[in-house]
Amino acid sequence: MTELVLRGVGKRYGAVTALAGIDLTISGGARTAVIGQSGSGKTTLLRIIGGFEAPDAGRVTLDGEVLADGPAIVPAHRRGIGFVPQDGALFPHLTIAENIGFGIERGAADREARIVGLIDMVELDRRVLARRPHELSGGQQQRVALARALARRPRLMLLDEPFSALDTGLREAMRKAVATILSQAGITTILVTHDQAEALSFADQVAVLRNGELAQVGPPTQLYHHPRDPATAAFLGDAIILQAELGDGVASCALGRIAAHTGTRRGQAQIMLRPEQLRLTPAQGPGDARVTEVEFGGASCRVTVALPDATTFPVGVSSLDLPLIGAPVDIAVQGAAHVF
Amino acid sequence: MTVRPRRALCAAAGHSLMTSLLPSAKPTLRRAGRWPHAPAFALAGIVALVALLPLGFVAWVTIQTGWQTVQALVFRGRVGDLLVNTLLLEIATIPIAIALAVALAWLTERSDLPWGRFWAWLAVAPLAVPAFVHSYAWVTVAPGLHGLWAATLVSVLAYFPFLYLPVAAQLRRLDPAMEDVAASLGLSPFQVFLRVVLPQLRIAILGGALLVGLHLLAEYGLYVMIQFDTFTTAIVDQFQSSFQGAAANMLAGVLVVCCLALLGLDLLLRGGGRYARVGAGAARLAPRHRLGLATLPCLVLPVATATLALGIPLLTLGRWLAIGGAGIWQAGPIGDAIGQTVMFALGGAALTTVIAIPMAWLSVRSPGRLQRLLEACHYYVGALPGVVVALALVTVTVRVAHPLYQTVFTVLLAYALLFLPRALIGLRASIAQAPVELERAAMALGRPPLSAIWATTIRLAAPGAAASMAMVALGISNELTATLLLAPNGTRTLATEFWAATAEIDYTGAAPYAVMMVVASLPLVFMLHAQSKRAAGR
Repeated sequence: MTELVLRGVGKRYGAVTALAGIDLTISGGARTAVIGQSGSGKTTLLRIIGGFEAPDAGRVTLDGEVLADGPAIVPAHRRGIGFVPQDGALFPHLTIAENIGFGIERGAADREARIVGLIDMVELDRRVLARRPHELSGGQQQRVALARALARRPRLMLLDEPFSALDTGLREAMRKAVATILSQAGITTILVTHDQAEALSFADQVAVLRNGELAQVGPPTQLYHHPRDPATAAFLGDAIILQAELGDGVASCALGRIAAHTGTRRGQAQIMLRPEQLRLTPAQGPGDARVTEVEFGGASCRVTVALPDATTFPVGVSSLDLPLIGAPVDIAVQGAAHVF
Repeated sequence: MTVRPRRALCAAAGHSLMTSLLPSAKPTLRRAGRWPHAPAFALAGIVALVALLPLGFVAWVTIQTGWQTVQALVFRGRVGDLLVNTLLLEIATIPIAIALAVALAWLTERSDLPWGRFWAWLAVAPLAVPAFVHSYAWVTVAPGLHGLWAATLVSVLAYFPFLYLPVAAQLRRLDPAMEDVAASLGLSPFQVFLRVVLPQLRIAILGGALLVGLHLLAEYGLYVMIQFDTFTTAIVDQFQSSFQGAAANMLAGVLVVCCLALLGLDLLLRGGGRYARVGAGAARLAPRHRLGLATLPCLVLPVATATLALGIPLLTLGRWLAIGGAGIWQAGPIGDAIGQTVMFALGGAALTTVIAIPMAWLSVRSPGRLQRLLEACHYYVGALPGVVVALALVTVTVRVAHPLYQTVFTVLLAYALLFLPRALIGLRASIAQAPVELERAAMALGRPPLSAIWATTIRLAAPGAAASMAMVALGISNELTATLLLAPNGTRTLATEFWAATAEIDYTGAAPYAVMMVVASLPLVFMLHAQSKRAAGR
């Protein structure tokens, strides 16, 4: 199985440091999502892995073969790495069949069969083969782009925000379809995105990139529930961060004494809860908190509550029992808080 | 359900609303016209008819002359020679110009060639030197220069910027992600260029090549000076020496067929394919290829091109000016020529812009089949050589409108027809800048229609209109052929004075006029350069 290893990969553009010594190992067959805000260096990282750009420092190896050693690199066309850019970048002057067959040798005996096999693989109607890219919808174009990249049976597949131009519903469907297709083909995949929900649901391993450095790498659940710092916590989803006094498996905070993964830590610390860990119930008396804002969003509704010490945070609520603004509520905590 | 006639319905509604319910100060109901753009269509139709005049003239002359005479005049050795000359010139010049323009555009836009921006400017600058000044320079440097290869050399140097501009703009616009994908699919950089970049330059190359091809057909002065006979030189010759109407007219007919063939070839090669980038959002800026050790050899191309296309004309002009000293700067004749040129340029530009307005308006606000037809009439005439338009106007004025023969108005009309596309492109783009929603918003705020148009569209389109007027004026200031054939006696423009001096081998006397024309053309170069940058969104 393919293993990609990055050691100390760095890249600067003039005075701007795009990447500062990235160490990352991506094991065979896994799907890894690299996530970060725009300007975090994630696209630069992808372009260095793809061979479209040379790092200033560090090594990139794929199955032990050195792809980049500082500025000396194996050029993109000798790497055998598939690439699906944002918007697909289909060749507008070629038909869909010619696009998919672009990387297959012209004289190959099984060329036609492979093109048809690929269009079936990405679940598109064979009739689109004769069409031009602009006659396809955005989702169809992305499927063709994926088929085109799969045609060379790449060792590694790079996806550069391939779903960001699609509508919300289509985006989820495409994400699932692409994940399935790549798993079945057994291809190691790297997805670059700024959408945390996409990263968490797509990948087996998520790497959070911030200001050119890897903030944290790990499985999605690990990152979501046990982020290394408050910034990562907030980047991956809504986070309620409170000051607490740690005890043995408990933390005393504005919400009272709650369960926490304290380990051997004691004393003052910051703790984090995800909004879905909290349950609101109408209070008979003054209650634990007061509702300050109600946001009806259909399937997912949120209310903002204020604690007596004026700390406010959002809580997810069922649309069937939305409280009124100003109503007192009691707060129950499920699971344990994460300790930074 | 019964449907009442519309008028009755309106009247009934008007009656009940106006008389019984509302005070009379309220607005009255007006029936909306079925053809809201009828006046504009009528005006554009008149302009289109005038634009069809040269084509009608060729058809009419052919019929008038009679088939026997036409056969005798067209199917003879002389015409065959001219046809071969013209064809060879096109075949030799266009591929070389394409190769040169693509290579320069790639070097200046997509490689890390040192001083790329400077070379980009120098690749456009030869347009500031009128084609006949190019050949004047070359004849000075190499007096023995004539024939096909001389014509090809000077033509490439004078006209390759017409290809460089669109190709460079298109190269800037290409989505680099496509090149990344092609590389990830195993293509070497050179294969990427051949299979991905070059096919996407096709439209730009075709557009530029058409423009160059039409210029080769229309140019007069360049080829006279290096003694290479084309249809245009033969027609002017024929017209000036013998005033032999039928022969010149028939040659003009063949020339028009050549132009139409070129236009048809362009349409055929262009095909129905789509070359725009697929997908939303803006493309990333393309990275520049590192030339490395190839930098020095690559520098040879822009240096050599600039030397031949700019260095030679400027050196020659400088030399003649030095030889002539202060004596050649005669304030009287030069001032006179400048004055007349400015008058013709401004008058022609104003006329061209005014008659282009209805069509430009319709192209943006009422696109459709009729609009496309009328627009085609407006455009094709710009592809015709000046000599054909001039011959048509001479014949028409002599036969039907004699008082207009050899008047300033006829010259201005010829300019207007020749430069109609230039004005139209600029005007259309600037009217498109003012979306109709602005007019609607102004009307919703209480402005009556004309006032709303004045306050929004006209105000927003004015700078663009001024720019396109300037483009037309600059074109007129260098126009030679139509001016020679049509202008009233005593007309002295920079181009005709330059021409008269060179005809008498007074190269020193011609130099000041050439310098003035180059100076007058500089703004055109700046504008074209800026436009191509803007077209690429940078």
